[in-house]
Amino acid sequence: MIDVKNLSKSFGSNRVLDNISEHVYPGEKVVIIGPSGSGKSTFLRCLNLLETPTMGTITFNGQKITDPKADIDKIRQQMGMVFQHFNLFPNMTIRKNITLAPVRTKLMGQAEADDTATALLRRVGLEEKADSYPAQLSGGQKQRIAIVRALAMKPKVMLFDEPTSALDPEMVGEVLQVMKELADEGMTMVVVTHEMGFAREVGTRVLFMDGGHILEQNEPHAFFANPKEARTREFLSKVL
Amino acid sequence: MIQSLIDWLDKLGPRFYIAFIKDDVWRLYLQGLLTTIELTVVALIAGTILGVVVAVIRTSHAQQRPGRRRSIFLGILNAICKIYTTVIRGTPMMVQILIWNFVIFSSSRNKFMIGVVALGINSGAYVAEIVRGGLMSVDIGQSEAGRSLGLGYLDTMRYIVIPQAFKNILPSLGNELITLFKDTSLVNTFGLADLTYRASRIAGNNFDYMPPYIGIAIMYLTIVIVLTWLQGKLERRLRESDRR
Repeated sequence: MIDVKNLSKSFGSNRVLDNISEHVYPGEKVVIIGPSGSGKSTFLRCLNLLETPTMGTITFNGQKITDPKADIDKIRQQMGMVFQHFNLFPNMTIRKNITLAPVRTKLMGQAEADDTATALLRRVGLEEKADSYPAQLSGGQKQRIAIVRALAMKPKVMLFDEPTSALDPEMVGEVLQVMKELADEGMTMVVVTHEMGFAREVGTRVLFMDGGHILEQNEPHAFFANPKEARTREFLSKVL
Repeated sequence: MIQSLIDWLDKLGPRFYIAFIKDDVWRLYLQGLLTTIELTVVALIAGTILGVVVAVIRTSHAQQRPGRRRSIFLGILNAICKIYTTVIRGTPMMVQILIWNFVIFSSSRNKFMIGVVALGINSGAYVAEIVRGGLMSVDIGQSEAGRSLGLGYLDTMRYIVIPQAFKNILPSLGNELITLFKDTSLVNTFGLADLTYRASRIAGNNFDYMPPYIGIAIMYLTIVIVLTWLQGKLERRLRESDRR
């Protein structure tokens, strides 16, 4: 589904990603973990070109998105993204936050988009917040809305960039629950997170990144039970 | 000492009577005030349009996707905009007005048009910098969220970035409007019959300068106070979405 070949990314002279090749298959839930500065967020942001790769190619469903001529807006419509800091639009109601993109990209009419928004909000239990503004919501509620906003575009894959890192501890659970349900429905997901429980329970594959490389990867139970690399063991011993 | 003060106060009434009421002079002030307001409004519209266009050109030039070939067309536009803001912000308003009237439009009789051009182009440069700062003040995550949903650059600007930027820059834009309103008084130097021009004529005719000038100062002040009040009201309305 997403094919990454020889991906490198440098910020100035700082090489953040070093020649990464990876493939995400349909229906997979890939969880990326690693210390801060390891390049995991940058890797995720390269997948929908929020960061432009310095070298390498990324192909999404047969379309080469790193091609300068690729219609990046069309491709991004099929890739949902959830950010650490939610990035809800504070100047719009929740309903407008959700319906803006489907309507403007002509995916749906306004009425259909409103119905979709209502259905999605009901699903995450926030139906009564449709006419509130983001400032009136808690962090957990905001992040659930952000997930729903991305889902309204009916994406083929969802990218999560540390979706629970900016939340109060007691709100982490409600967001993970929504993600878990999404995973159960068969959504293809790439998740950068520090939630090891989530990685173990929901992930189908865990990638450990350090220093711009994917150091180790495995199916989650084997990964957590006996990590092969010394660096992975060291990291896990600190976070578990 | 006290006697002279009493004499001065005694003549104050008749002096103001001559300066404002006798022979319906107040009509002249009213006409002047109308010209001043018209000039402000038209120059404001011209300046705002110009300023927003310049700001959008300059920010979109700065935010081009790295890696892609940079647009030469945008580069030229950006250079023009940069020269424009530098020249206008780097020269006195008064000098600009003199150049517009006596150099560029020296053969034109349409004083109002010259006033609009001079003030509009001047305020456009300031508005451009205010708007540019406003666009940059919006968290980058906002446009990233918009773009990641598949919205194009223009839609993201129009629905997400510009409304938030507008709220942030409203105080500075209000100040710019007030400055523009007061700067219109400079056009009296080339004979455009605004409020200041009328007052200076009446003052000259009566050989009595105090009442007309103090009078128009009060008029300018009153309008500025009203504008400030309106600005505050608008800001409170726009802040509604911040309420918890």
